[in-house]
Amino acid sequence: MSAKQAPIFNEMMNGEDVRAAYRNLEQWYRSMPAELRSLKQSEAEALFRRVGITFAVYGEGGDPERLIPFDMFPRVLTDGEWRKLDRGIRQRAAALNAFLCDVYGRREIIRAGRIPEHLVTNNEAYEKAAVGFMPPKGVFSHIVGVDLVRTGPDQFYVLEDNCRTPSGVSYMLQNREIMMRMYPQLFMENRIAPVDGYAGLLKKTLASVAPKKCMSEPNIVILTPGQFNSAYYEHSFLADLMGVELVEGQDLFVEGDFVWMKTTEGPKKVDVIYRRIDDSFLDPLCFRPDSMLGVPGLMDVYRSGGVTICSAPGAGVADDKAIYTYVPEMVRFYLGEEPVLENVPTWQCAKKDDCKYVLEHLPELVVKEVHGSGGYGMLVGPKSDKSTIEAFEAKIRENPENYIAQPTLSLSACPTFVEEGIAPRHVDLRPYCLVGEKIELVPGGLTRVALTEGSLVVNSSQGGGVKDTWVLAE
Amino acid sequence: MLSRTADHLYWMARYLERAETTARLLEVGARNALLPDPSGGYRNDWEAVLQAKGTLEEFKEKYGEPNQRNIETWLFFDAENPSSVLSCINAARENARVVRTALTAPVWDAINSAFQELKQLQRTERSKLMLSDLSEWTLRTCHLVRGCIQATQLRNDGYDFMGIGTSVERADNTARLIDVKYYVLLPSLSYVGSGLDQSQWALLLQSMTAQRAFNWTYTGEITAQKIAHLLILNRKFPRSLLSCVRWSCEHLDNIAENYQTGTRAQDVAHQLLDDLSRATVDDIFDEGLHEFLGRFMARNAGLAITVQDVYLHGMPA
Repeated sequence: MSAKQAPIFNEMMNGEDVRAAYRNLEQWYRSMPAELRSLKQSEAEALFRRVGITFAVYGEGGDPERLIPFDMFPRVLTDGEWRKLDRGIRQRAAALNAFLCDVYGRREIIRAGRIPEHLVTNNEAYEKAAVGFMPPKGVFSHIVGVDLVRTGPDQFYVLEDNCRTPSGVSYMLQNREIMMRMYPQLFMENRIAPVDGYAGLLKKTLASVAPKKCMSEPNIVILTPGQFNSAYYEHSFLADLMGVELVEGQDLFVEGDFVWMKTTEGPKKVDVIYRRIDDSFLDPLCFRPDSMLGVPGLMDVYRSGGVTICSAPGAGVADDKAIYTYVPEMVRFYLGEEPVLENVPTWQCAKKDDCKYVLEHLPELVVKEVHGSGGYGMLVGPKSDKSTIEAFEAKIRENPENYIAQPTLSLSACPTFVEEGIAPRHVDLRPYCLVGEKIELVPGGLTRVALTEGSLVVNSSQGGGVKDTWVLAE
Repeated sequence: MLSRTADHLYWMARYLERAETTARLLEVGARNALLPDPSGGYRNDWEAVLQAKGTLEEFKEKYGEPNQRNIETWLFFDAENPSSVLSCINAARENARVVRTALTAPVWDAINSAFQELKQLQRTERSKLMLSDLSEWTLRTCHLVRGCIQATQLRNDGYDFMGIGTSVERADNTARLIDVKYYVLLPSLSYVGSGLDQSQWALLLQSMTAQRAFNWTYTGEITAQKIAHLLILNRKFPRSLLSCVRWSCEHLDNIAENYQTGTRAQDVAHQLLDDLSRATVDDIFDEGLHEFLGRFMARNAGLAITVQDVYLHGMPA
């Protein structure tokens, strides 16, 4: 399964032929003069810049408000492909939430010997404060971002689950806006399923998990760490779309049994907090005492049912890279179904045999830190030189528990605009699944694209780009 | 409305207005420097400009003797000067950025474009930048943003908090601009009523874009009394102290109506308005123009503090 041998699946092509889903786009591309394309490209960039859709990267020098490169060649999924993904993602989101309720409750999956206890209790994201607590509607993770990669016409793999605060949904929505504005005729010629219902669904989802003590229309807020956070634009964008307040910790306080926000008319009760800050910053009385981002006393109100926190503190225990290997098991255990979507085969260095295999095959494997994110702290074996591999080997030997390894999948590629025209570039996909009273999903997601030829790293913090993702309606 | 949101809107408006005053002061200073010096020798009205802005000490520490080029740098481009045009525009934009969703697209666009243009100006060779271009650019920018606010913002509490920011800051700034005149004259009161005095008053009018307003409202030659009346007590002139305070009152009344409850801030503003409405130019000159302005600025600042206490901290005051 090494990248060197396996052919790369180009999502537009079937051998020499253009796949049906891409036929219109191929025509569109062929008939487009190069000047027009570059004109549209700079128009789009100006729009992104003007609207302020930037990705803040502080502390790395350079432009603190940089644009994520936007590729105007859309990625297309057929209705059939999407239906399978949709089913698989819903199934996974349900299983992950069942798992969370279980590990903070009766722990049946552990008692049944299906998941080793230490993976749960030794996990950094395991939240003792959540033990014995059942959040409204039994939902711990309200927004599940499932990262998918594709290796062939019918082969999708789940790369990871994001159960805490997956970001990027604003790009999914804005990419669509910009494409509709730049190329309206494409939307007339293709039946593209709309994604703009997302904000409405998100608001409905958040409202559906209002705490028991909330007697009227719930007051929902988004809690942001503030303007210096890389996803601040997204936070304000979502608040705007939902028509809710975007608050910082300093805007909230706890008094009596409730959380309040400071308004020009005095304190106003808050019922549901969609937080975009980490667990450890939520409440300085409970977690990090040095943090100014959170709200002192918030956890007490939460546990006594005065406020709902989305996602719930402790949800992260379901999305680390070691737990990931057990998600298919969760689907079987809690839902009694076979998983629709496959995991990438994964070796856990914490296991002796796995670790031995990994160390022997490093040049072929992708090695990741169990808690790493953003494409940092990983080794892409086939793309690395000997000294990098050796350095990683030492790190793994020193702390094997901290690493997992996966085969280098030959990720699919999508046509992407480059200097000379179009060329295939590797992509992944993150749909956003909403879990409240119901499970909801808009048809689409964020496609990230590695803009450098041959690169497998699509993270925006590492220079990846984004593109519009179409699900063709039947 | 979230108190912090109101606070950012309020300060966004204040910083914009402050940028405008700094530009106007630069303009006054530069024009003043073109006037002949009756006593002969070296004229240094620039010090008066800095003094009115309250930054003479900081300036001297950094640049030494005031000359036009350094003062331009200090008042327009210097990020270390909190009231430079650059600092004010950046601060206004930063406040706007945080509450983007409380602003309409045209307002954000106008502020953000100004911020980008300013970056461009910073990269331009200084010898290619005329002082008058810089101050004109600033005025145009501020007019544009305010125009967008007027034309597109919902008339809700956010609009009123921006309005209060503007009127409170403008009242302060008008008082300061008049005070420059005082500082210019400080060395020798014997100029009062002289031709130079006359042209300095005219200059003050010019800096406030008020020549025409003056001509329409008053007849005959320019006198200190008439100008003081225009800039302090005239209800029709949009930068007069009375107009500014009246707007503060109107915005506070709107908020009280929206929220269905009045506040201390409203009382403070109306008290100030009553006092101004009763004042005459003679009273003001009897008290001393400088003394009167000082007292006004303190009361206006008191109003600002009350607004903060009542609305912008989010807790019952």
